[in-house]
Amino acid sequence: MSDAQRNIRVLVAKPGLDGHDRGAKVIARALRDAGMEVIYTGLRQTPEMVAEAALQEDVDVVGLSILSGAHLSLVPRIIELLKANGQPEVKVFVGGIIPEEDIPALKGMGVTEIFGPGASTETVIEAVRQAVRNAT
Amino acid sequence: MFNPSSILSGDRRALARLLTQIENGEAAAEPALAALFPQTGRAHLIGLTGAPGTGKSSLVNELAKTLRSQNHTVAIVAVDPSSPFTGGAILGDRIRMRDLAGDPGVFIRSMASRGSSGGLARATADAVKVLDAAGFEKILIETVGAGQAEVDIARAAHTVLVIEAPGLGDEVQAIKAGLLEIADVFVVNKADLPGAENAVRALRASLDLAHPAARTWADDKMRGHHQSLASSPGSEFDGINWMPPILQTVALEGQGIAEVTEALERHQAHLHASGEFAQRERERLAYELKTRLREALFTEMLARLGNGKLNAAIERVLARELDPASAARELAKDW
Repeated sequence: MSDAQRNIRVLVAKPGLDGHDRGAKVIARALRDAGMEVIYTGLRQTPEMVAEAALQEDVDVVGLSILSGAHLSLVPRIIELLKANGQPEVKVFVGGIIPEEDIPALKGMGVTEIFGPGASTETVIEAVRQAVRNAT
Repeated sequence: MFNPSSILSGDRRALARLLTQIENGEAAAEPALAALFPQTGRAHLIGLTGAPGTGKSSLVNELAKTLRSQNHTVAIVAVDPSSPFTGGAILGDRIRMRDLAGDPGVFIRSMASRGSSGGLARATADAVKVLDAAGFEKILIETVGAGQAEVDIARAAHTVLVIEAPGLGDEVQAIKAGLLEIADVFVVNKADLPGAENAVRALRASLDLAHPAARTWADDKMRGHHQSLASSPGSEFDGINWMPPILQTVALEGQGIAEVTEALERHQAHLHASGEFAQRERERLAYELKTRLREALFTEMLARLGNGKLNAAIERVLARELDPASAARELAKDW
């Protein structure tokens, strides 16, 4: 097995009822261009679907894109399911429309970083790389 | 000593982790594969290939649903290309498979091609072995058509489905030697689009040109045995050889799916009844053994030769003192 290669595997998911995924796709492409393997699940994922995909794909990172405002109910549910599935070490990032005052609560739940609409792709890429480095 | 019980008992975390180790080419995967190999050989391996835009993932979704309704457990390995420049990939096949979410009888794994086609074929073959050992009865291996890598992956399947769609230049596509020869079942998806009948006709015409014969790979030395089974040009299907059916589907509407799963079942039955299953298994495993033997020997030889001798040979070739073929022969004698 001489050409061993390890790529960071990221699940980019749209939990909840968001209607469009332009932002998520921009991030997905940026992560691909940074050499990562991005499993993109599409719109209207339930927390159970997100956790199931994270498990089967054995991802290093889960990126949740949420525009609907339902982050305070969706995110803890997803984190709970990741732990129940034996993946407590997976790093969770949240992007989309997240009010500043909710950021501490999300971080308290275990979210590694939260990115608003203005975040640059370079920032996101570096944060994902750093999170994976910290995990190993 | 690797304990296979976690995989055999259906632990999905362990399964997913092992698949990652296999993809990464980690040495830790080797004892696991060795321990699990005796438990392989039960699954029906179905390869699906076709150009982008033919609707493969939607078709896989529908096929899996039908197979599940027949109480088969289904694993899906969806292979997508990695960027040759960045090494990254978007693996989006799961988007089309949301109907399968939450079904404990389904396991879906997305794999990126990661550049080297040899490595991909090996990783896919090993991933399939693990899924087979884990008890999945039907394993669908989905790749983007039509390169050598896809043919190699088809070698790892028992039944190969080639998927076409109207209006993608199918007349040319169908005649591409690799795809035509490896197909056991043809599916023209998006059959509600204009040009579907033309696509079917083009495939039929191409198949008539390549008269049916029991398949053997060109580099397999058992030609003589197989040629005795081949029918003569223009003859009817003689009950021994399999004539690939050309089916039409509209995957997004769920139309034509039952005919496809029936064709898959018929092909599997044909393989067993004709003895071709045992033959293909033999070819498949012999090919894999030879590939790995070649690698193992090469690695061993390089280690024994050492860089000194290799570099000296390179210098002589560069100076035009010796041609590459002769240099290789000398080195091979010398180790």
